[in-house]
Amino acid sequence: MSEPPGAAVSLAEAPPPADTPSKPLAAQRVLPLRRPGRWIATAVVLVLAAQFVHGLVSNPFYQWDRFGYWFLRPTILDGLLITLEVAAYSAVLGLLGGILLALARLSKSPVLRAVSWTYVWALRSIPLIVVLLFLYNFSALYQTLSVGVPFGPAFFTFDESRLATDMVVAVIGLSLNEAAYAAEVVRGGILSVDQGQHEAASALGLPKGYQFRKIVWPQALRSITPNYVNQLIGLIKATSLVFYVSLLDLFGTAQTMGATYPGDIVPLLLVVTVWYLILTSVVSVIQFYVERYYARGATRTLPPTPLQKLRTGLTDLRARIRREAAV
Amino acid sequence: MTAETLDNAAATVEVHDVHKWYGSHRVLDGVDLTVRPGEVTVILGPSGSGKSTLLRVINHLEKPEIGYVSVNGELIGVRRQGDRLKELSERAILTQRSRIGFVFQNFNLFPHLTVLDNVAAAPVATGKLGKPEALELARELLGRVGLADRTAAYPRQLSGGQQQRVAIARALALRPGVILFDEPTSALDPELVGEVLAVIKDLAKSGTTLVIVTHEIGFAREIADRVVFIDAGRIVEQGPPAEVLDKPQHERTRDFLSKVL
Repeated sequence: MSEPPGAAVSLAEAPPPADTPSKPLAAQRVLPLRRPGRWIATAVVLVLAAQFVHGLVSNPFYQWDRFGYWFLRPTILDGLLITLEVAAYSAVLGLLGGILLALARLSKSPVLRAVSWTYVWALRSIPLIVVLLFLYNFSALYQTLSVGVPFGPAFFTFDESRLATDMVVAVIGLSLNEAAYAAEVVRGGILSVDQGQHEAASALGLPKGYQFRKIVWPQALRSITPNYVNQLIGLIKATSLVFYVSLLDLFGTAQTMGATYPGDIVPLLLVVTVWYLILTSVVSVIQFYVERYYARGATRTLPPTPLQKLRTGLTDLRARIRREAAV
Repeated sequence: MTAETLDNAAATVEVHDVHKWYGSHRVLDGVDLTVRPGEVTVILGPSGSGKSTLLRVINHLEKPEIGYVSVNGELIGVRRQGDRLKELSERAILTQRSRIGFVFQNFNLFPHLTVLDNVAAAPVATGKLGKPEALELARELLGRVGLADRTAAYPRQLSGGQQQRVAIARALALRPGVILFDEPTSALDPELVGEVLAVIKDLAKSGTTLVIVTHEIGFAREIADRVVFIDAGRIVEQGPPAEVLDKPQHERTRDFLSKVL
């Protein structure tokens, strides 16, 4: 620019730069800020990720052919079935126990509150493996179980060693542990429901059970779901401990096979890893839709599903290209 | 007393010498009040004067330590046993509440239910109506409050004024003999207040007994049969709006009115 020093320059009168066609300033698109740092970081991460994947594929240490051999072996699938069974039973029983414990903790009776608090305190303190081993040796501590009047006569008596199969021991152990954590998740969810909802429900004279089932619980589930799924994923992985009470779950099977075929330990661990990844992914997808279901009314519009997101993304992109072409 | 005595017909509300403490703080200090059937009573008073607590004592959301409330002669939340009052079971109290409408300052609609289900829920849950009848009634009531076209919406998709109108329809669905309003327009943007007051005005004309806690003095003047001024847990004065609002006898009433008018 070759202007005399001190000359007043107004935007409207500024002479257009020589290399661009003259266009009013307001009609031009604002140039976005360049962010070189972000580009460099992205490149570095991409290179590292590519290196990791390359290593995973090319390193003979992983023995992918053996992975292929083991992945769908019936013995592995049997183990997977055990894992699923133990996890499913424990998840349901644990949640039911958790709901009861949470209600006890929120009740007006100090005794119920204390019992619930103590249970949660104890079971969260004892390592799960210790609980499982205790139960495993339970039949030695109590030979028979009886149903009857407390401290009084018994109506039925069970032989404990016949009742407590390995599966039962595993499910009870995991459920006891799960219930303690679920109790806190459920309690937090119930507390997150606005006090006004309880008041409105009782002002309308809704029966007590209806208030809980239809008003409080559906709203509590909104905050319970993500926390409980977290818990559930922990539980699925915790089932690998049942190996120690001689139940051959997914991990236990791989462990046993690894002892028989020592050369295949790494591919067997990979098989286990991939199966756990699949289980967690399935749970996460279910979580998304459950959360979306319980978000009804809580947000003005529901969060979009991945397909909807893709569709709006494409529409936006098309609109942007058209806009750029027009300017 | 049976349920029928309270249904549909406008109810009488009597408050007898009610005392209420929160810890060591005395909120109500011997309140006596009689609301005749079909009468519209507006309760005014500075914040913290106990007016909301009085309203909540009427449907037993708050239990008075001393004194009692009766609606159409039926004691609320208690029964007589010899010369003592004994607390009723929770179930019995819930049944009584289903005959007393209550409208909250913050609406307290059920956010996970549609507008239609919000209104239809209580008659079904309390066994007063079957599901189809309740839905029909809900549609009719929503039409009455001008929301016939929003039945499928969720409460959070509505404006505050619309939500409060749904809340009024919800209270009406139980066909209460009396409806209590706890500052029904205090949480609303100024331009939405009118639509809610219009609905309440309609109700007043229809002959339902209404007890309204509000700060809308102009509204009180327009629809109240009686204005009750309450301060520090006591009724300071009461009477027709022309007397209490225009010729207040007490210093405290004058002082309060000079601040809000």
